[in-house]
Amino acid sequence: MATKKLAFVVRSLPYKTEASRLALTHAISSQTVEIYLNDGDLVEASISYVGDGVFNILKNQQAGKHYGITTNEGHAKNTLLLDLKVLICKEDLDKFGLTEENLVMDAEDLGGDMRANIVSYNEIQKEMETADHLLFC
Amino acid sequence: MGKLTIGTFSSLVGSMSLDFAVKLSEAAVKKGHKVDFWMSGNATMLAKKGQKAFKDYSFLSKTLQEMLATGNFNITACEACAEARGYHKEDCPDGFQRKSMDWYLASTFEADRVLHIGGD
Repeated sequence: MATKKLAFVVRSLPYKTEASRLALTHAISSQTVEIYLNDGDLVEASISYVGDGVFNILKNQQAGKHYGITTNEGHAKNTLLLDLKVLICKEDLDKFGLTEENLVMDAEDLGGDMRANIVSYNEIQKEMETADHLLFC
Repeated sequence: MGKLTIGTFSSLVGSMSLDFAVKLSEAAVKKGHKVDFWMSGNATMLAKKGQKAFKDYSFLSKTLQEMLATGNFNITACEACAEARGYHKEDCPDGFQRKSMDWYLASTFEADRVLHIGGD
């Protein structure tokens, strides 16, 4: 019985490429990974938004209206609904003039009780150091 | 011998990242390591049979088939990513698998190293 920690580090812009969306959907898939593992074994995913990646969690994304696809905002909300650990780099938010008010911080409207954490890059570094594997997207 | 899990998002033509990932896999397999190779997003283009070799474009099919023949190489495409691009089960080359994303995360569980090439 063991748990492997995977740290997804989202650093790419939303919609420009598929990378950040795939980071979120892969992290969400950690919820069903047990079907491939032995009883008691787990894969635990966390998500950290750094650099341009913080734009993935902006509120009021209009991808449905303009492109007819789901939003990264919706996926970000699902990660919180599924109790994944979510970290957002404070220095990068400051750099872009973004605050908590601009971001998806919880999934309360869907019944979730997890909140995203705005933290310094040092905290994200610690998360990466404690992970078994890093996945940059 | 170890196990390497490599995840790729980049396309076959238009980026050299997939070439790098396959080269790296080849080196690892030649040393006797096991490699799980995961293709998601545009990388699923590699899971389309019938590709032809041109001097101007990457052609990785021969290398992949050689690696598959060793028994130490497993190549799997994200089923949803492939279907979204019109690559169906019958388009998949021999020896390739199609699975959902949780297969990739499960593969990382026993991997000694994970290389995730997530750019495009």
